[in-house]
Amino acid sequence: MLRCTHIVGIMGHEPIAEAIRRGADVIVAGRATDSALIAAVPLLRSCPPGPTWHAAKTAECGALCTTEPRTGGVLATIDESGFTIEPLDPAAACTTRTVAAHMLYENADPFRMREPSGTLDTSEARYTQLDARRVRVEGSRFEPASPTMKLEGAAVAGYQTIAISGVRDPDVLADIGAWRATLVTFLADGIQRVLGYGSGDYHLELRTYGFDAVLGDLEPDTTPPREVGLVLLVTAGDQERATAIAKYANPYLLHWPTADMDHLPSFAFLSSPAETERGPIYEFVLQHSVSLDAPGELVRIEIDP
Amino acid sequence: MTQGSGATIVDVASLVRSKNAGPFWITLDVFCDTDDAYDLVSAPGVVTQQRIADVYGVDPSFVRIFRLPELRVIKVSFPRRHPQGSVRDRDMHAGQQHIPLSRLPLSARMR
Repeated sequence: MLRCTHIVGIMGHEPIAEAIRRGADVIVAGRATDSALIAAVPLLRSCPPGPTWHAAKTAECGALCTTEPRTGGVLATIDESGFTIEPLDPAAACTTRTVAAHMLYENADPFRMREPSGTLDTSEARYTQLDARRVRVEGSRFEPASPTMKLEGAAVAGYQTIAISGVRDPDVLADIGAWRATLVTFLADGIQRVLGYGSGDYHLELRTYGFDAVLGDLEPDTTPPREVGLVLLVTAGDQERATAIAKYANPYLLHWPTADMDHLPSFAFLSSPAETERGPIYEFVLQHSVSLDAPGELVRIEIDP
Repeated sequence: MTQGSGATIVDVASLVRSKNAGPFWITLDVFCDTDDAYDLVSAPGVVTQQRIADVYGVDPSFVRIFRLPELRVIKVSFPRRHPQGSVRDRDMHAGQQHIPLSRLPLSARMR
């Protein structure tokens, strides 16, 4: 937690409802759950929490719960026993599958979703197709819990310098993995010898876009690629060190041969100078729920008259 | 579409997708258009904790698998090997991590 440069709390619907109660016409809110924005008004008007939270979750990404995800919003109508949802675009439709499937989205558990004031449980929800465009949902439950606020924190993972090059030579691409491995080994030795930095002083990766950059060691396909975007990533405790390492690597990135080449190839740098300083890079390091005495305990509300 | 002995999930599913579920978890969804396709993908031995652990390099005891026959969906969730944004993270939003799952064989015996 002490490493965090930023810690952001995620509020529920209560502070938003409170601002509306105090007469706000427009609310400029800090971070809140997506569903809280939609749930605030129905809950303020005493709609039942199960259908309200389920409707809010379903509508959070607009037309993503319809057959035409790139169109506009949706209209959810909440009542005592459930909610009815339909797209605003006449060409789009809500189907039982598109609506039910939205609970899967960015959610590790397809039936339960934690909110600051409790948990939405859709395991007993029933989805009914009313007509070609509208879906009725009943049976959603909300289990109230003592109020919490989730904190998410990011810390500086280091300072990064990158360089981008391109490889098109089929003799190199035939075994790009082996070529990359020999280059990485050579660079580690040279960085130690010339700059005096050991492996614990920095992080260096050569990502081969077009070959295995996205999946890394999980990549199942080792077919030689037609072309590779080679990205050197150097991360260190300060920018100067990261850039010094990247500059040391520069001539080898430009000319590193395969084991059986009798000449020095030249590769296609994106730019000159090749190095780009990215500044600090951030990683998520904190996810923690704080127990609160009252839902708005960590939230300030200011009303402009 | 092939459904012979070499067929994989991507051959019968209508959509396989991946995404972050918060910065420390990945979730994957397999959608099927027909009950036949769903039956093939949800058959015993096709999507298992051990198979997911093998192709994603994670601890099998942390792998959660949900079967939703009404939706013809199988959902798989597990903790990220590297948190979002860390130096080894290759996919900030985990949007392209569905490929190893999509290539799992439909035969329970094949690896």
